[in-house]
Amino acid sequence: MEIRIRLNGRVVVDSIDPDCLLIDFVRKHGCLSVKRGCETANCGLCTVLMDGAPILSCSMLAARADGHRIDTLEGLQEEAAGFVAFIADQGADQCGFCNPGFVMNTIALLRENPDPTDDEIRAYLAGNLCRCSGYEGQLRGIRNYLNSRNGQGGSHGA
Amino acid sequence: MIPKINPFCYNREKKSENLRKGALLMITIQKYIRAQSLEEAYTLNQSRRNRIVGGMLWLKMGRGSINTAIDLCDLNLAGVEETEDAFRIGAMTTLRELEKHPALNAYTCGAVRDAVKDIVGVQFRSMATVGGSLWSRFGFSDVLTVFMAMDAYVELYKGGVVPLEQFAQMKADRDILVRLIVKKTPGRFVYTAMRNQRTDFPVIACALSEMGGEYRAVIGARPARAMIVRDAQGLLAGGVNAGKAAAFARYVSDSAPTGSNTRAGAAYRSHLIRVLVERSMHELGGVL
Repeated sequence: MEIRIRLNGRVVVDSIDPDCLLIDFVRKHGCLSVKRGCETANCGLCTVLMDGAPILSCSMLAARADGHRIDTLEGLQEEAAGFVAFIADQGADQCGFCNPGFVMNTIALLRENPDPTDDEIRAYLAGNLCRCSGYEGQLRGIRNYLNSRNGQGGSHGA
Repeated sequence: MIPKINPFCYNREKKSENLRKGALLMITIQKYIRAQSLEEAYTLNQSRRNRIVGGMLWLKMGRGSINTAIDLCDLNLAGVEETEDAFRIGAMTTLRELEKHPALNAYTCGAVRDAVKDIVGVQFRSMATVGGSLWSRFGFSDVLTVFMAMDAYVELYKGGVVPLEQFAQMKADRDILVRLIVKKTPGRFVYTAMRNQRTDFPVIACALSEMGGEYRAVIGARPARAMIVRDAQGLLAGGVNAGKAAAFARYVSDSAPTGSNTRAGAAYRSHLIRVLVERSMHELGGVL
């Protein structure tokens, strides 16, 4: 079957099998930031935005995404650039494998709630698992970014 | 070409091989159809080899071969419609929409938000559907548990409108769940659950309500399917005080059978029921 997806602003038309998953589709089309993780819809590594909402591409049929807009980190570099350096400054990532999923979900969080509290950040990112660190680094990085943006000090050392 | 898994050779080696190839799906789907009417979806669903696709989250974890995946996404069944006397929640409404719906959460005193907020993550809840959650009648379901505490009904395409309590006891058939109807019967609601860790399945789930003087305690994740315990002995009659709340909590704990699984033992679950019901009684308010 043929589907048409607006992938990172570019219309992609391709023929797929009915059981092709969205993660396979986007990776086939060059979006390698979308990682394979738990396979059980739990870890958030495969997070992409579908019409602006964060979803798990490992559990979405590509066929269902037909006609929709899909954004991956490849297409949101500019938006991510604002806060990723703050996360890096905290040494929040060690292996870095979970990072694209974290960044995608943080983008979704900040679009939905531009000034979240720490508890709101924790709640929103609860679906992103990191097996290296303890999540506090990511939280501090996002908090420093928000403080910096709100003129309350905090800057990254890059 | 993206590789597919052979569902009939599912073993550890095969899984590893398939993972190396880059395939995640444990089921195969021969055909995908977006139904253009409920009648079309119903007709397709009469074949045992065809399946309605909800959020895909649980279905994907299964094994086997599906002939036709029937998607209801074109049938305008997503969203919460508020009328004067009810909330009409389409089967394709996501749990995230429930979590964020101001009027639904105002009516339920935040119980619906509390019930879904720890289900995995935002991404998961942006996909999981009300229809998929209710239709499967999972024992661990926070969604089934919380709505059973309300004056709630499901609308089945052929089966008509059925009280949710009755639906929870029915066996799955080939009908289609069209929407959930929550009547705005004045009441108070509280939802609590115990999880071994955030985002995990609940060890026990407890929804408590008071509607028109009738108290209901709904206990889910026993680990069996949620069940309603009413105040059949009139323990709460004539005004609720701390002693009556504690007595009702003991009664609920004694009335709800529990079992053991990898998350918790039966005795622990029974203990948790008593604690959560008593706490919920106080949270519900009106305890003298």
